[in-house]
Amino acid sequence: MIAIEVISKTYASARALQQVSFEVQKGELFGLIGPDGAGKTTLFKILVTLLLPDAGKATVAGFDVVKDYKMLRTITGYMPGRFSLYQDLTVGENLQFFASVFGTSIEANYALIADIYTQLEPFKNRRAGNLSGGMKQKLALCCALIHKPEVLFLDEPTTGVDAVSRKEFWEMLGRLKNRGLTILVSTPYMDEAVLCDRIALIQNGTILAIDTPEGITTHFTKPLLAIRGADTYRLIKDLRTAPFTHTCYAFGEYLHLTLKSESVDRTYIEAFLQQKQHRQIEMHPISPTVEDTFMSLMDRQ
Amino acid sequence: MEKVVIADKLTKKFGNFIATNEITFAVDKGEIFGFLGANGAGKTTAMRMLCGLLKPSSGDAKVAGFDVYTQTEKIKERIGYMSQKFSLYEDLTVRENIKFYGGIYGLRLPAIKSKTEYILEKLSLGEVADTLVASLPLGWKQRLAFSIAMLHEPPVVFLDEPTGGVDPITRRQFWDMLYEAASNGTTIFITTHYMDEAEYCNRVSIMVDGRIQALDTPRRLREQYGVESMDGVFQILARGTSTK
Amino acid sequence: MKRFFSFVHKEFLHIFRDKRTLLILFGLPFVQVLLFGFALTNEISYAKIAILDNDKGMHSRKITHRLLSSGYFRLEENLTTYADIEKAFRKGKIKMVVVFPQDFDSEYERSKGAHIQLLADASEQNTAISLVNYASAIIGDYSAAQNPVASSPMMIDVRSRMVFNPELKGAFVFVPGVMAMVLLLVSAMMTSVTIAREKEMGTMEVLSVSPLTQSQIIFGKVLPYLLLSFINGCLIIALGVWVLDMPMNGNLLLLLTETLLFIFLSLSIGIFISTLTDSQLVAMFASLVILLMPTIFLSGFIFPIESMPKPLQVVSNIIPAKYFIAIVKGIMIKGVGIGYLLKETLILLAMAGLFIFMSLRKLKTRSL
Repeated sequence: MIAIEVISKTYASARALQQVSFEVQKGELFGLIGPDGAGKTTLFKILVTLLLPDAGKATVAGFDVVKDYKMLRTITGYMPGRFSLYQDLTVGENLQFFASVFGTSIEANYALIADIYTQLEPFKNRRAGNLSGGMKQKLALCCALIHKPEVLFLDEPTTGVDAVSRKEFWEMLGRLKNRGLTILVSTPYMDEAVLCDRIALIQNGTILAIDTPEGITTHFTKPLLAIRGADTYRLIKDLRTAPFTHTCYAFGEYLHLTLKSESVDRTYIEAFLQQKQHRQIEMHPISPTVEDTFMSLMDRQ
Repeated sequence: MEKVVIADKLTKKFGNFIATNEITFAVDKGEIFGFLGANGAGKTTAMRMLCGLLKPSSGDAKVAGFDVYTQTEKIKERIGYMSQKFSLYEDLTVRENIKFYGGIYGLRLPAIKSKTEYILEKLSLGEVADTLVASLPLGWKQRLAFSIAMLHEPPVVFLDEPTGGVDPITRRQFWDMLYEAASNGTTIFITTHYMDEAEYCNRVSIMVDGRIQALDTPRRLREQYGVESMDGVFQILARGTSTK
Repeated sequence: MKRFFSFVHKEFLHIFRDKRTLLILFGLPFVQVLLFGFALTNEISYAKIAILDNDKGMHSRKITHRLLSSGYFRLEENLTTYADIEKAFRKGKIKMVVVFPQDFDSEYERSKGAHIQLLADASEQNTAISLVNYASAIIGDYSAAQNPVASSPMMIDVRSRMVFNPELKGAFVFVPGVMAMVLLLVSAMMTSVTIAREKEMGTMEVLSVSPLTQSQIIFGKVLPYLLLSFINGCLIIALGVWVLDMPMNGNLLLLLTETLLFIFLSLSIGIFISTLTDSQLVAMFASLVILLMPTIFLSGFIFPIESMPKPLQVVSNIIPAKYFIAIVKGIMIKGVGIGYLLKETLILLAMAGLFIFMSLRKLKTRSL
């Protein structure tokens, strides 16, 4: 449904995208995961025909993003990073406006948004500027859906929204996917990766890896341990200087310790820590998360 | 253990609306305390009261030993504050930002000089010392902002949503700094609405509709609610009462 | 077409939602026209003067009569000695003293050159200059009427550089000026700010990827402000004619057409500014600096172009308001037709064309 072939883009000062390639299948929920400045927004702008690539080729639903942009604009829905709503118009007026801009009406495509819009209905006459973050997010999604697009581009839809709204939002995306929509979504939050069918990890304009959320962790090759102790900061410092340590990062209440090789014995690590007088040591091997994988791939780069 | 931030039935009303409703907690010296809640749950109001920016309607609170009603000037001298949105002047250089904040907190010139060298050295910012802050990567800005908040060696630092949008390694470099400051005895009071951030704190409180609904270590909260993550805890607490 | 109208509908919603802007839009012309118009007309109507007539001859009495019947001056007291002059000024009631010398009549008749002294209270400099100018003009008129053939024998020993207002009424200068200013402000600033706002809010991106064409977006933005500005223009003309007694000697239809042309030019400048910036703040400042300041200071609205330093006079040629003011004055006061205003009209048209051309070159649905 979306095919990106060696796309590159350079701004005056920085290289935003370097030879990015991937494909998104029809009906897939595909996540583009990376921090601010990784190039996610640039890629989105190219795909929704707002920006021309320097090199490479991309098609959406078979239409070229450079040549067939007029056609493309009628079949894609786009929700930019900040919720692009008219703050001084009401919920109903915003939706009405976007419907008529795309030459359709709320009634014609109500079925698609009904599920989301019913939550907004009580606030129909409230101005968009007075809505909470979660509500704005839902309204923006409705506005992007109102012309019944085949492909949905959502650029960081969950940034700045509280945990409950984030969860609801991902549930909505799941239901839209089940209706056959192809969705490309970007996010800086690694914990959202597991909610996608497939993900691409992106950093400094380069794709680090593309796989399913489960598959992507196979890119993490070194042994990984979770360790905690009474004094977190001293533990980090000591482990980082230890001879067996490849990397050591805080991970919630635990530290994630990547070992240089399989051959390091756990009793050896315990002895090392006891010698440094660490107390209440707790240690167990774990399988890597998407975030561990991201960090190890960044490291390798 | 010495208590650095104490709130006792702290309440703020705006007309009929109760923004924070009798919140009670105490934060230890050297503790990293996570202050969680959805947008509009009352986090910001509570923090503004603790920073001496807003007069409470009722209840008591002490920060670094000073009363939030009568000694707000003393409080402001003794706290550090950092928010992701507006902590540094983008159009000033790294050095100028440090100098400016040093001046605000009454540091003498030699002290500012030595602090500047210390920060530049510690954050490896020597080469960009005279570069405008605007051109620095986000992660560097966050670390610089935190160092500046710590410039006058405050006993407690308030961090308002400090770590959005950076890559996972940069984010951990930031947390390393927080752990270091805490192990040196600085109390870290951090608000966030990202629950994975909460897992890093020693203890967390979760505010829902103006009240503190839960307060404990992340581990005990997870066990208590029988879920895998702080996100799970939050979903249970916040869903029932508010779907704004 | 339905798309276009829903866009225009949305623009009107924006405008009517924002009560403060609306107030400024329609309050501003009222306040400015009345302020400028009345402030100036009041200053020069019935200013209190004193007269020291040492001659009491025919000419001095006739001139005094002319002065007092002009409507600009009112006699506060008759003085008898030079010493009275200072006392009269000290009391602060009078603005000017007219002094006729002892042998005024005889010298005037002998055509040797007579002297009238005008002493004005220069603590209010502008008023003083205006009063002296009016008095000089009236005296000159009298003299010319007496000796239609010979060059004026009258000598008036008042030296001043003139800020002369040939129609002798402030409103005549200020109404066209305010009109130019308000129309520029509303049309250019408002359009550039609303387009910048869409960019700031990110809604411009959504519009860009919609089937709306660039020209639909631009004209959708322009149309509401065109209407508002036109209403504003009519309001100002009405105020000028009915409240400030401006004459309406020319063709009203021509005046309205020229007003529309000027609004169109202002809008094209506004769009051009909006293509250069992404922020409301910058758009606002750009409008103020590029449009308002030059309009106020260089269009001849407040300071006469003739009395500007040469370089500024040259610069004033690129100020659109200069031509519009000339057109409005020409139609309303002189009552001339399009034939006399062709040059100005063509210049405004050319300017509008230039800005539209530059905007279209700058505006792209997609960026590189």
